[in-house]
Amino acid sequence: MSTIAVIDYGMGNLRSVAKAVEHAAPQGTRVLVTDRRDAIFDADRIVFPGQGAARDCMRALREHDLVDVVRTVAGDRPFLGICMGMQVLLEHSEENDGIDCLGVFRGKVRFFGTDLRDEGGRRLKIPHMGWNRIHQRRPHPLWADIEQDTRFYFVHSYYADPLEDDLIAGETDYGIRFVSAIARGNVFAIQAHPEKSAEAGLRLLRNFTRWNGME
Amino acid sequence: MALARRIIPCLDVDAGRVVKGVKFVDIRDAGDPVEIARRYDAEGADEITFLDITASSDERETMVHVVEQVASEVFIPLTVGGGIREMGDIRRMLNAGADKVAINTAAVFRPEFVREASDYFGSQCIVVAIDAKQVADDADGNPRWEIFTHGGRKPTGIDAIEWARRMSDYGCGEILLTSMDRDGTRAGFDLALTRAVSDAVPVPVIASGGVGNLQHLAEGVLEGHADAVLAASIFHFGEYSIREAKQYMAQQGIEVRL
Repeated sequence: MSTIAVIDYGMGNLRSVAKAVEHAAPQGTRVLVTDRRDAIFDADRIVFPGQGAARDCMRALREHDLVDVVRTVAGDRPFLGICMGMQVLLEHSEENDGIDCLGVFRGKVRFFGTDLRDEGGRRLKIPHMGWNRIHQRRPHPLWADIEQDTRFYFVHSYYADPLEDDLIAGETDYGIRFVSAIARGNVFAIQAHPEKSAEAGLRLLRNFTRWNGME
Repeated sequence: MALARRIIPCLDVDAGRVVKGVKFVDIRDAGDPVEIARRYDAEGADEITFLDITASSDERETMVHVVEQVASEVFIPLTVGGGIREMGDIRRMLNAGADKVAINTAAVFRPEFVREASDYFGSQCIVVAIDAKQVADDADGNPRWEIFTHGGRKPTGIDAIEWARRMSDYGCGEILLTSMDRDGTRAGFDLALTRAVSDAVPVPVIASGGVGNLQHLAEGVLEGHADAVLAASIFHFGEYSIREAKQYMAQQGIEVRL
């Protein structure tokens, strides 16, 4: 029986994530919401969600003694980062006057700024909240059966800016073009919330629950 | 290519049952919030808002179960308003599966609550609900609106636009703006109010109160500058489906998720 661990380090409501993963997973899959190191190490697949501020996320990971665990499992099995769970994979975030993050990938997390405008010069609201399109930069098993430029649900004020271009799996336009999904090897991470993105999100989760961690 | 404007159906829930009569012909139990939420999701709703109008605090726990059930089956954002007074209320709703809570009276009573809640739970899940009514014009003859609490019954003397600015400064991630003058009239949004608030704050604004037809929804975005539009009765009675509303808005040049 296959097990998926949803890492629970106290940052927000994981019920929706767990329910959506259960809904999407093959029958008989165990979905565990857990902060236990051994349970995370024993799982076949990892979902790493997160919301709130970068400072609080990193502090919560340290308090739950999960920093090394997350780094390890992000290196050796199918791993899905969601929202803040994507951002903290990079080295550093501008949030809260600068926060060092996990550094699984090179790059920074940046603020949209307070004067973001669309092509027509109209001011854009922050947070970036609602349904926006993800342009798939390259094929990936997690994009299977999801149309190009499908809308997903976003809510965030900061965005990931990875150093290496080959990490980019998806991009989204909101005043600027930002990276809304990254992927390398066994890791896929997305800024949007698949657990709140209706059919498209469930499809992505379904793909993840059947993914072997290879591109 | 841009962010879609959202269409949000709103359900009033009293002791776990949807009230104000939802009348879908093909729904077995018109009072079941789960069944109605599922229906709206299937029609393409971008979010669903539940307003808990339960008077008795003993029955508030019922709302938690409603949210739990809906969140187990409907995978779009859920907002819960009504009776959110303290941090524990927010935690309970988020743990049940709500994505956002709407704070109204408690924010007026103690504005710092919004700051604390946004700091602790994150701005993304804190919506401030504002009930506004037009009052006498200011000295220069410009329209003014003030905020009211307790379902629009109690005046506060607080200017609605200043209040919206303050709440966004305090960290709320969104404003749900209801015109008490228009609520229930089906005469359309108060567009001047909607535009004034929407242009004044950096956070998204949901327009609410007065929708009677699809044109009203489009006006809320085009003239009111709203980021999202909320309606109840036009969807509940099956006059229009969410999909029809979106198609109409798309024809008016509004970006929507179809």
